Amino acid sequence: MTVERIMWTWFYKLASPPYVYGVAAALMPWLFGIAALAIGYGVVAGLAIAPPDYQQGEAFRMIYVHVPSAILSVTIYTIMACASAVALIWRIKVGHAVAAASAPIGASFTLLTLVTGSLWGRPMWGTYWAWDPRLTSELILLFLYVGVMSLRSAFEDPARGDRAAALLSVVGVVNVPIVHFSVVWWNSLHQGATIVRLGAPKMPGSMLWPLLSMWLGFMLFYGAVLCIRLQGEVLNRERQSAWVREAIKS
Amino acid sequence: MSVGAWEAFLLILQRELRLSFRRPDQLLQPLVFFLIVTTLFPLGLSVQLSLLRDMAPAVLWVAALLSSLLSLDSLFKSDADDGTLEQLALSGQGLTVIVAAKTVAHWLVTGLALVLVSPIVGTALGIPTTAFATMLLSLGLGTLTLSWLGSIGAGLTIGVRRGNVLLSLIVLPLAMPLLIFGAGATDRAIAGASAAGALYFLAALCVLTCTLAPFAAAAALRITLE
Repeated sequence: MTVERIMWTWFYKLASPPYVYGVAAALMPWLFGIAALAIGYGVVAGLAIAPPDYQQGEAFRMIYVHVPSAILSVTIYTIMACASAVALIWRIKVGHAVAAASAPIGASFTLLTLVTGSLWGRPMWGTYWAWDPRLTSELILLFLYVGVMSLRSAFEDPARGDRAAALLSVVGVVNVPIVHFSVVWWNSLHQGATIVRLGAPKMPGSMLWPLLSMWLGFMLFYGAVLCIRLQGEVLNRERQSAWVREAIKS
Repeated sequence: MSVGAWEAFLLILQRELRLSFRRPDQLLQPLVFFLIVTTLFPLGLSVQLSLLRDMAPAVLWVAALLSSLLSLDSLFKSDADDGTLEQLALSGQGLTVIVAAKTVAHWLVTGLALVLVSPIVGTALGIPTTAFATMLLSLGLGTLTLSWLGSIGAGLTIGVRRGNVLLSLIVLPLAMPLLIFGAGATDRAIAGASAAGALYFLAALCVLTCTLAPFAAAAALRITLE
């Protein structure tokens, strides 16, 4: 009984803007600190210590930025959709704040994935852009982010914009796997052209550990930026309430 | 007087169709747009028919998506502007039924009409008659799915000024699988291969949207009408 009770109490507390504001403020320095350590180790070990790849040479080091940001672009979309669903179902306003704070970060990581991918593609495939399934579905993901963000800002009434954007994110998350598999299928229809694939190569530890560390670092970095943006969102949304005045005075 | 859900569906469908057929110019506009867009491609490509035939499925499908999208804006707009939609929402019938009826009506006057015109366009683009059956079937399934997806987008953008561009921005990424499977099926049929796989996918997407989209679109309307 007690564990369940504690869980629910915590869940209800998370629905309260002042509590979330406090948690975000408290967590932020820690997340930044650990993220800096993880990314620091990843950068040094990945760029300087790890041996060059036997096929790709030094260019493979792009992986240390590209893969973590690609994972994050999808993870953040999922987090955004979950927060939106929570906000729609239980009418928890903080969920909208989390979704609104996450969308630009996720879109930035998606853009970063596309840019690093095309920079990596130039020496490896000889072209900046190939209509590879993964590249294409990443591009469509970027369009989905842009759609959600523009829908949110299109309404004069922010509450309505929030809920419309939340519904669109939930619809989008159903669509993401469909888009992904349809794009894979589409490529198999166009066989004959150069099939460029990023296979999952077996990696020695000296290459893998920096990558995992970078991934962890990027996740924590997202958490830290989310905390900052979430504080801003919560303050802006609750600007009429008394606790905001207190928080700003102190 | 209480009306069953099915009866309400039929009544709204009837009303929508009657309204559409009273404005025949609006019925024809998406079709003419479809014809014009497909004319633009041969003009831009010079007259190499072989090149045109390779591109025909893509041209056909992109034109179909765009012209179907063009008419989506009016799906709820005029009814929302004059308050009819609010009255319908207050009528005690589920919003889902209302949305479904309006979307089916939209498909009948735009999607189905487009399917019926497509053999003319297909012939002009050099698609062989053997591929017509696949082309018609894939366009039928695809435009119906697009109408369902569009009903969500149209519901979300009702209250937005200049929502038309936003509507395209929202709906087109969701519609990309349709383009892939639809053009893929037509492509395979032209090459003489079996298009069954792509058609099954299109049918699956169609069933998925038929069952889920009315609820999503009704939720969208509830948000924007409030």
